[in-house]
Amino acid sequence: MTREALINLFLFLLLPVTAGAAWLLEEPFIITLTTKVAILALAGVGLNIALGLGGLVSLGHAAFFGIGGYAMGILAAHAQSFDPLMEVTFLIEGTKSMPVIWLVAVIAGALAALAIGALSLRTSGVYFIMITLAFGQMLYYFAISWPAYGGEDGLSIYVRNGFPGLNTLDPIQFFSLAFGVLALVLWFAGRLAAAPFGLALSAARQNAERVETVGMSPYRLRLLAFVISGAITALAGALFADLNRFVSPTMLSWQMSGEIMIFVILGGVGRLYGPVAGAALFILLEHILGGLSDFWHVYLGILLLLVVLFARGGMIGSLAGRAVAHD
Amino acid sequence: MSMLLLIEQVLNGLQFGVMLFLMAAGLTLIFGVMGLINLAHGSLYMVGAFAAAAVAGATGSFVLALIASLIAAAAAGALVELVVIRRLYDRDHLDQVLATFALILIFSEGTRWLFGSFPLFLDIPAALSGPVTLPGGIQYPAYRLLIIAVGLLIAFGLFQLIARTRIGIQIRAGESDREMIAALGVDISRLYTIVFALGAALAGLAGALVGAIQSVQVGMGEPVLILAFVVIVIGGIGSIRGALVGALLVGLTDTLGGVLLPGLFATFMEPSAATAVGSSLASMSIYILMAGVLLFRPTGLYGTT
Amino acid sequence: MTDALLQIKGLNKAFGALVATDDVSLTLEPGEIHALIGPNGAGKSTLIKQIAGGLKPDAGEIRFNGQDITALSTVARARAGLGRTFQISSLAMEYTVLQNAVLGALGHRGTVWRFFAPVMKNADLRAAALTALERVGLADQAGKRTADLSHGQRRLLEVAVALTLHPKVFLMDEPMAGLGASGSKRLTGFLDGLRREAPILLVEHDMDAVFALADRISVLVYGKIIATGTAQEIRAHPEVREAYLGDEVPA
Repeated sequence: MTREALINLFLFLLLPVTAGAAWLLEEPFIITLTTKVAILALAGVGLNIALGLGGLVSLGHAAFFGIGGYAMGILAAHAQSFDPLMEVTFLIEGTKSMPVIWLVAVIAGALAALAIGALSLRTSGVYFIMITLAFGQMLYYFAISWPAYGGEDGLSIYVRNGFPGLNTLDPIQFFSLAFGVLALVLWFAGRLAAAPFGLALSAARQNAERVETVGMSPYRLRLLAFVISGAITALAGALFADLNRFVSPTMLSWQMSGEIMIFVILGGVGRLYGPVAGAALFILLEHILGGLSDFWHVYLGILLLLVVLFARGGMIGSLAGRAVAHD
Repeated sequence: MSMLLLIEQVLNGLQFGVMLFLMAAGLTLIFGVMGLINLAHGSLYMVGAFAAAAVAGATGSFVLALIASLIAAAAAGALVELVVIRRLYDRDHLDQVLATFALILIFSEGTRWLFGSFPLFLDIPAALSGPVTLPGGIQYPAYRLLIIAVGLLIAFGLFQLIARTRIGIQIRAGESDREMIAALGVDISRLYTIVFALGAALAGLAGALVGAIQSVQVGMGEPVLILAFVVIVIGGIGSIRGALVGALLVGLTDTLGGVLLPGLFATFMEPSAATAVGSSLASMSIYILMAGVLLFRPTGLYGTT
Repeated sequence: MTDALLQIKGLNKAFGALVATDDVSLTLEPGEIHALIGPNGAGKSTLIKQIAGGLKPDAGEIRFNGQDITALSTVARARAGLGRTFQISSLAMEYTVLQNAVLGALGHRGTVWRFFAPVMKNADLRAAALTALERVGLADQAGKRTADLSHGQRRLLEVAVALTLHPKVFLMDEPMAGLGASGSKRLTGFLDGLRREAPILLVEHDMDAVFALADRISVLVYGKIIATGTAQEIRAHPEVREAYLGDEVPA
């Protein structure tokens, strides 16, 4: 087993062990924090497919995170007010069922990523960064100015949505659900990276000309990566909104995009478990530093600066050394 | 809508555009010369506004406040360039984005720590606080007219600086070929510090000028920063002319969209729905403009390759 | 002669006042090696780029296998059967040698849109990649990171990746550069046999290799082809001697 595989195993077990210990000690707040780590890590795993594998520096992933959040908020709000979403040609009702909400979130996230990606990927480099950022802001302002779903104040739901066979109101059960989704997506992302698509996508990041020369279109590879990435991040958004029973334009804000990116970078860009490490560290810092000082973002900023300037592989990179080619 | 109101809104759009230009000019220069994407540019805008508010509060002089904003932002810019930014020139854009994002966190929380979370207020000098009557009987705030004038003056000065002066020649040389400026015997690291400080000073001045219309608070820089990004994406990265054209386009689109779109929708929708749809679309209008420009010119109006 | 596989007619490309390609016409027949020589800055790489698809000509036509490909993208040309190697190695540097070759095989199979099965465990792709690596003599380097290869080895890997594509035509831009004397000799022998699989348009500075291999040679000077002919005709061509070969004519 390589060192990175050991670290990955440790990170994978870290979350259920922490949540399990908190459950035994009857500390529901810790379980909720661990759930938050799992969900934010999921968002990071989504971004990492675009950023780490594809080399696409998207500063607009909050758009997908927020779309997932609003998919949850809108469907649940209609369900709790018994007011159908649409009754023009079809009758579409709201729902309180997580699987349906997740499906809607994933589809909406994928479609948004398809539209944003199709335009943004016509450019590269700094243009791409700025344009993804701008599209994220576009949705943010749209959410603020659209009054139907709470505008700037956001949208609350009274009771967490349900999942067949589980009591999602119980913190440990909701954690298990979120962790199960994370594990499934980690498995998928790992397979994806090692699959033909992953090989070609990562090659397009290293050398687009090479990929063209063997007859594959970097644009299409990147667009699909962006769509998959957006869909996963939207799924995380739906879970995050369910965790808080609340969604607001903050989920679409560019600071959110920055934070998702921080999870990926702190953990180690392009590492499968990087976002798990990064999200865990972020939440840990938020609660340790946040307890010491109201201005903990200063310390976060300094830490991030130091990682970028001096420890470029992030946590996993520093512990496991250079990435080995998956051969 | 009356003609007078429309003209007033056009002036508002110009004023907004001119402010965006001050932000975008620095960003685009810094990218053009150093190849650096600087998210912390909005923080320098904030630094300028806070410096102005602090000095105006202490001395009561608006002119001193403006001077303070220039000096404080330029100094902060130079300091940041020396300590952090120069380590980033050879890095990829991802590292630049992250490091300058980290700088935003540090600047924002540092400012909150120094000045607290409550907004400060910077008063418009009494002499400029009233309206002036323009030809055609339009009443328009004198201060906003001053902003337009100052902005256009700085745009003109910047074009002259780049076209005529020694430092301008170095900047243009730096944009086209880094090795060339080294060959010209220019001290590159000094040039970079100067360009960064110049961009910072422009951002700081914009912050101070706008701070007198809005409130001065932590986080004020980022929305403007993102609009400035939209401006230079539209104008073409590295082009000062593009920044000016893009800034005016964005300023006018944003202002006029907010006024005209709800009215436009009201002609065929019921009023409350028209307001909702119109204002939502208006908030998206500049991004739609950007997407439109990109469809036809992926490198912006004045961008090269 | 049989029908040309690659046919270039009246190609023109200018960068401002600089005419990089000046009314160039040439053909590549099945089974031949057609060498393109010329002094530095003559526009050889610019010409290759236009044929491979990275650069759009101002005027002229490129026909490949009976089809006008002038408007096609690089990707479409590669899929149509143009196998290109670069003057400056263009590889996925973080990958192993084998991964680069598998990438080529994957491009040839067109099975990139698969999302679950590990690509490096695909026996078919591995075999295709290893065969190509063996042919250029890189099989023993298969597990090495590409970034750790010598320049000469990278050139060979370029050739190997092109082999995995089983192209109808090879476009090779200075494959010998950095190989050293014995390496050049070995590759010369290999290319000699390769022409039976697919003809080669060869840009090369190594004159020993060019005169040993080329069925025909075209000489490019200031973007213009000043002569095309067999090695002997080119050696004897007065304009070529004057403009280009000069002292470099091999004895």
